Amino acid sequence: MSLSQSPRGATVAVIGGGATGLSAGWWLAREGVDVVVLDRGIIGWGASGRNGGGCSHHFSPLFVEEQRLWPQMDGLLGYPTEFQAKRIRIAYDEHQLELYGRAVRNAARQGFASTLLDAREVLEMVPLAGEDAVGGYFYDFGGHANPHRTVQAYAWAMQDLGGRVMQHTSVRGFRRAGGRVIGVMTDQGEIECDQVVIAAGPATGRLAAMLDLDVPMVAARAEMIVTEPLPLMPIGGVDGNGLYGRQTLRGNLAYGGGPHEWIEFGEAAGPPSSTPLMANIAGRLARMFPRAAHARIIRSWAGIIENTPDGRPILDKPEATGNVVIATLSSIGFGLSPASGRAICDLVLRGACGFADISSFSLSRFRRLEADWQSLQGWRETVTG
Amino acid sequence: MPFRPDPKSIAGTDLPVHERTQVLIIGAGPAGLAAALQAASLGRSVILVDENPLSAETMGENVPLHFGGGMTNAVRNRNAMLEAVVESEPAFSEAFDAGIDIRLGTTCWGVYAPGPDVGWLPGPVAGLMDGDRSWMVGAEQIIVAAGRRDMGLSFAGWEKNGVVGITAAVRLAKRYGALQARRAVVLGSSTEALQSALELRDAGVEIAAVIDHVFEPLGSPVLWAQLAAGGTRGLFGYVPREAVGAQESVEAVIASPWRASDSDGAELTIACDTVLLGVGAVPVIELLDSVGCQTVFDGGRGGVVPVLDGAQRTTKVGIFAVGDCAGIWAAKTLDPEIARAEGRRAASQTEQVQAETSGGPTPDFGEYRLRWVQAAVIDSEGAAHVCQCEEVTAHEILEVRPPRYLGWEDLPPASEADPVRRNRRDLHSLLGDSPPHPDQVKRLTRAGMGVCQGRRCREQVAALLALAANVPLESIPAATHRAPVRPMRLNLAALASSESAAMAEHWDTWFGMPSQYVPYWDVPETYTAGERDQDAEVASE
Repeated sequence: MSLSQSPRGATVAVIGGGATGLSAGWWLAREGVDVVVLDRGIIGWGASGRNGGGCSHHFSPLFVEEQRLWPQMDGLLGYPTEFQAKRIRIAYDEHQLELYGRAVRNAARQGFASTLLDAREVLEMVPLAGEDAVGGYFYDFGGHANPHRTVQAYAWAMQDLGGRVMQHTSVRGFRRAGGRVIGVMTDQGEIECDQVVIAAGPATGRLAAMLDLDVPMVAARAEMIVTEPLPLMPIGGVDGNGLYGRQTLRGNLAYGGGPHEWIEFGEAAGPPSSTPLMANIAGRLARMFPRAAHARIIRSWAGIIENTPDGRPILDKPEATGNVVIATLSSIGFGLSPASGRAICDLVLRGACGFADISSFSLSRFRRLEADWQSLQGWRETVTG
Repeated sequence: MPFRPDPKSIAGTDLPVHERTQVLIIGAGPAGLAAALQAASLGRSVILVDENPLSAETMGENVPLHFGGGMTNAVRNRNAMLEAVVESEPAFSEAFDAGIDIRLGTTCWGVYAPGPDVGWLPGPVAGLMDGDRSWMVGAEQIIVAAGRRDMGLSFAGWEKNGVVGITAAVRLAKRYGALQARRAVVLGSSTEALQSALELRDAGVEIAAVIDHVFEPLGSPVLWAQLAAGGTRGLFGYVPREAVGAQESVEAVIASPWRASDSDGAELTIACDTVLLGVGAVPVIELLDSVGCQTVFDGGRGGVVPVLDGAQRTTKVGIFAVGDCAGIWAAKTLDPEIARAEGRRAASQTEQVQAETSGGPTPDFGEYRLRWVQAAVIDSEGAAHVCQCEEVTAHEILEVRPPRYLGWEDLPPASEADPVRRNRRDLHSLLGDSPPHPDQVKRLTRAGMGVCQGRRCREQVAALLALAANVPLESIPAATHRAPVRPMRLNLAALASSESAAMAEHWDTWFGMPSQYVPYWDVPETYTAGERDQDAEVASE
């Protein structure tokens, strides 16, 4: 696209070209809406391109839709996502086994089956697992996909339907009239619009504040590692032992986990810094997959992820701003993105989600939140007074 | 109420390190050795690590240099190689005498430093490994002297044993005494390539020819005259078409005039057992980039180089760069004293008083490398793999093709019955109004994602993107480097783990918030920090 063809207006402007914003853009474009997705850098450059790729979020009101959509996504988008169905979680002690059991109960309540595996069955289903696994669960649902490919698939599919992407476009502010946003001010000029979606990951709070909306969130760092390719296991969606991740379709083991660090989110030029936590993750992975302990790590990386005070999403169209949808998935966004994008599309076009009860994602649940909540939770020391 | 950091985070903890030193120097070439001697003379404690001798397995994977199978079986004898490396550098004994803790066969796989997005590090730290240990070292000052490597260039047959980076060949010849080559053809004619060719000739390798797309040698005419006087043939205005030979071996290289040249010569076949890649001497910035030091493309300094001040400081506090990894230019290549001076300045943290004289005009390596990729990779319209690890061709990179393991190539066009279409995107659909980013192309095509960690394709991919977008090389963002900068076994990395009992207790919790995993049907209507459940145990999902 040349400069002369740059969009200067759209019915809906989505700020943030991550999995959530691009999925929303794609769903809107499917409905024939003129949509533009803005990103300050390159699409999928934040946590959307740096996560474990899991698709099994049994605690979310979007779970059922997540499960319905993923097996169809390659066909719906027309581009590969590398979605692979099913999942196994391995426990290396009874405590882990107990913790992992809750997922099974949540899923069962919503009609999804799983099987408790004993140690022998774990070894049969997971060739890389160790003799000392105490057991695990086989989920007859869920799965995993390739975040990089999926984010690009959303963008291309949206473009096929007439939607537009503007990369390297930073939002500087908003133009308002009559209590509504009528334009997004960017370093590339103003984008006139009828509706706005703010799905900007850790920047969502800062952008919402420009509209006098208090969207509480703090950013944190999480880290992952990836090994050289290994022969494919029958089910790649295997994790546990405190790790999340998957064996990719190429055969690499891509896993993350471990302690986080709350940080001040700045719009840094470079990619997020990683730390020696790589070694800790390697230790956990070598223990989970002793038969892969000699596999070599070839990269590690970090992602910066926002969390709301309760760690749950905000998908809401606050009354105060009328035509603005706030969308943060609070650190668990990639797997839910097929469903969250549809929910956002519903909020934009119809004011409410038509396929799931997302009332627990309302911004108003924080109406009693303490001003110094960040301090109280030990996330960031806030100066009051 | 005093602030209590989230106990499930790593706030308030410092990374434990296994040992400390005042100065850690990575790389024992001229610059690193000079830095070590200078630091020791100032009374500072010094650890000097150098990864040579490398294991035969590492060499076999073209890490960290493009060894291209050019080593003899002698590299399997670790003790003999250790002896060879020690004997190859007379300054080692001076350093031993100065009390410097020199550790050969020890690799630095990562450098880390505190910053706006990293709080838990007390200062600069480095991860080291040898054959069977890995550990963390804390240092007040880390001086990176990681040297240079060779730019890859894909042409038919470049995956064969015997297509060797010229820096790798010099390393094998001079430090290991384990180079197979008898008769070699050099690609490229920069001062760096010509000087390396002369060193190899001194080591007994016959340099049959130098091939370059330019019409006269790019580098020092004096060096070229020395080569030519020894019988080396100059094929200027030529490019390599193919390295040929039975099975995996090289028996000859076929060169042909480049289309842009007015030489009307025909294809030539030059018998050789080795083709030396000398089209670009690239500063090894992987440790510097992965720790977050700012870098910049400088065509007069060998490509992407760290941003430095007059005392060789990078933009990260406590991290310094000296020698070839700080920038490569002809005068510095010809006179190792320049690299040594960099090392001494870094160790004493003194600013340079007077700028070096450049020693003549410096060629623009950006333009030169673009033309090499145009001539050898694009114009040949061949199907050589630019990324050998993941087997990706130039064509596939430019079309942003999904990798072959997805079977996407064979799919018919979209139909109602099967709506999954072939990818029909190309680079321009990624571009928008901005330059293409190699990392984005890497994510989609997998070029650069293999075990050699992109060492053989990184510069080629950048050049391909620049050529496709018709922009100068410097406008292409540099692909990022990540720790570990060497492939590293999981069970070896695990030895550097800092997982304490406290960390283990909270490990399994993602962000440590029980409320995050409460099923939606049980979520209370409002949330406050004061009423939150801090104790329920949850597993990340």
